[in-house]
Amino acid sequence: MKEFYFYTEGLTVGYHGVPLIKNIEIRLKRGEILTLIGPNGAGKTTILKSIIRQLAPIDGVVWLDGGEVRKLSGNEFSKKLSVVLTDRVKPELMTCEDVVATGRYPYTGRFGMLSQEDWGLAHEAMELVHVGELRDRDFTKISDGQKQRVMLARAICQEPDMIVLDEPTSFLDIRYKLEFLSILQRMSREKNLSVIMSLHELELAGRISDKLLCVKGDKVDRFGTPEEVFTPGYISELYGMTAGSYDEASGNLELEAVKREPEVFVIAGNGSGTALFRRLQRDGISFAAGILWENDLDCPAAKALASEVVTERAFCPIGADKVERAKKLMDSCQRVICTLDLEGTGEWTRELKGLVGYAGEIGKLEG
Amino acid sequence: MKNKRYVLSFFILGCLVLLFLALNLCAGSVAVPLREVLGILLGKETDEVFRDIIMTIRFPRTLAAAILGGGLALSGYLLQTFFHNPIAGPFTLGISSGAKLVVALVMVFSLGWSLHVSSLLMIGAAFVGAMISMGFVLLMSRVMDNMSMLIVSGVMIGYICSAVTDFIVTFADDSNIVNLHNWSKGSFSGITWENVALMGMVIFLTSFFVFLMSKPISAYQMGEAYARNMGVNIQLFRTLLVLLSSVLSACVTAFAGPVSFVGIAVPHLVKSLLRTTKPLFMIPGCFLGGAVFCLLCDLLARVLLAPTELSISTVTAVFGAPIVILIMVRRRKEKAE
Repeated sequence: MKEFYFYTEGLTVGYHGVPLIKNIEIRLKRGEILTLIGPNGAGKTTILKSIIRQLAPIDGVVWLDGGEVRKLSGNEFSKKLSVVLTDRVKPELMTCEDVVATGRYPYTGRFGMLSQEDWGLAHEAMELVHVGELRDRDFTKISDGQKQRVMLARAICQEPDMIVLDEPTSFLDIRYKLEFLSILQRMSREKNLSVIMSLHELELAGRISDKLLCVKGDKVDRFGTPEEVFTPGYISELYGMTAGSYDEASGNLELEAVKREPEVFVIAGNGSGTALFRRLQRDGISFAAGILWENDLDCPAAKALASEVVTERAFCPIGADKVERAKKLMDSCQRVICTLDLEGTGEWTRELKGLVGYAGEIGKLEG
Repeated sequence: MKNKRYVLSFFILGCLVLLFLALNLCAGSVAVPLREVLGILLGKETDEVFRDIIMTIRFPRTLAAAILGGGLALSGYLLQTFFHNPIAGPFTLGISSGAKLVVALVMVFSLGWSLHVSSLLMIGAAFVGAMISMGFVLLMSRVMDNMSMLIVSGVMIGYICSAVTDFIVTFADDSNIVNLHNWSKGSFSGITWENVALMGMVIFLTSFFVFLMSKPISAYQMGEAYARNMGVNIQLFRTLLVLLSSVLSACVTAFAGPVSFVGIAVPHLVKSLLRTTKPLFMIPGCFLGGAVFCLLCDLLARVLLAPTELSISTVTAVFGAPIVILIMVRRRKEKAE
């Protein structure tokens, strides 16, 4: 276990002695990022709280830097690990700079006086998360997104080896979400900082994390790299999704498909059809699509939204049976739309050109 | 910039303390000129009557007002920190009234048995009462997450305790109890040098401990979870905070009865003056501010309708209650923003 900076052995967490999640085994090296994902109320926060000693574990041991976490003094612990929580802090009459500087607490003396060096580190941390210009602003008067970044600066200013963050991106817009996570990634690479956090944004979790921990009900369902965790259909299962779909490979989200006999047939391909698929879904019109190669850009959305998709294996010529199937679907539909520009394409699209021609013949081709 | 403000604020507070000390010594039903007062304090030959008034009545009373005022304001500040609520105080949470009830019980009992009650025993009794009320408030705070409701329940506890106290005082009526009646309304009168020595010791010692705790208090202002991550032992810290604030308000109640609103008004005023909530400045600031506030109020209580004396709570309420309303209105506004 020596190679791991942070790990747990048989950790069981819960409230008032009632176990909620049992046998959590986390392994994390220095500089690695671990993200907890799972449905609301699955216990992500409970796990995080137990790791950072806000909640006493019911069973098991948490190890940090070769020592048992519960045996560390408050001061030792705070020099190794800092936190960004969802608790709303309302410090009165404190500027953002003051709030960030509270991160220096474990390093100050009896009366908590800050040295020039402490202030320097606070300012450095603020520059790092791009909140330098908020320095003299009243903390209670800035936006939630700004507060979140100031709290990250505070956590960084505490000079920890590990930061634990509970849903840190919740109040951030897309720009700051990416910026926030980029800072964490940079810190993990450059300063060898370990990160444990919970995220709701699965696509971002899949991108940034070295390890994922999937929490579901009373157990840890999976623990591993994003490649190991994001197998097709897993997210739907983990979250018990009842409407819509999530494509693990692309991170695409689609709303619930209109499941009826198709009214429209879409000849799509090369990403030209996805926007139309979504519009048809919004209008509540069911459709079929084809003929798509399995590796086509349109394929994930078509599979998620169409009543039926005619597909061919990637890099293979389109088979006659597929053409027959497509024609049959066209016969039963009222309209056919081709989103694909076939002008100047070669031998490979012969069957598709044929389909367009067929649609014209039966008088259903539009646009 | 900030440091200048701190220095100036403390200079102002210091001057005000001296000014009101002097005023309280000079003014009263018998006016004593300042020169005479200084003469008496320096031990020079002076008028015998003046000397008596100053040394046995006014001087101990003035010192008591200053010391107890400081302790009361500090106690309020601690409770506000503890509950993260600007209108928490020993009076609004019913702690003063709890202390008053137990002290009244002890007094009546000992009068009944013709026992002498020492000041120390009084403080002890007040402390027991304060802790009982505090315990009740803590229980309520577990059930109620709404801070206004907590205050309402505190005020209700206060009313119940006061009612029971009045009941006891009325039924135990006896010539000896006239003093008790005055005390139960809140007053700095009848303070002896012995009292001053004891209260000085208790309050200064407690305040010193509070000052030593200014670092964890500053961490606690960031909320419990963050404070814990900063390395504060929350359990111990909370216990100490409760004990220290109870000792302070118990000591005040034992000697002066319930004194309302000082605990809320003074920290608020001092915070506005210093423009900070840093405990390192707030703790001494509150102490000085409380001293000034109580000196002023006691002066008015004695002088306004002289020779009749007003109860101290009557005067503090006139100044304190509007401030509480102001705080609540301001909080509403901030929430609406």
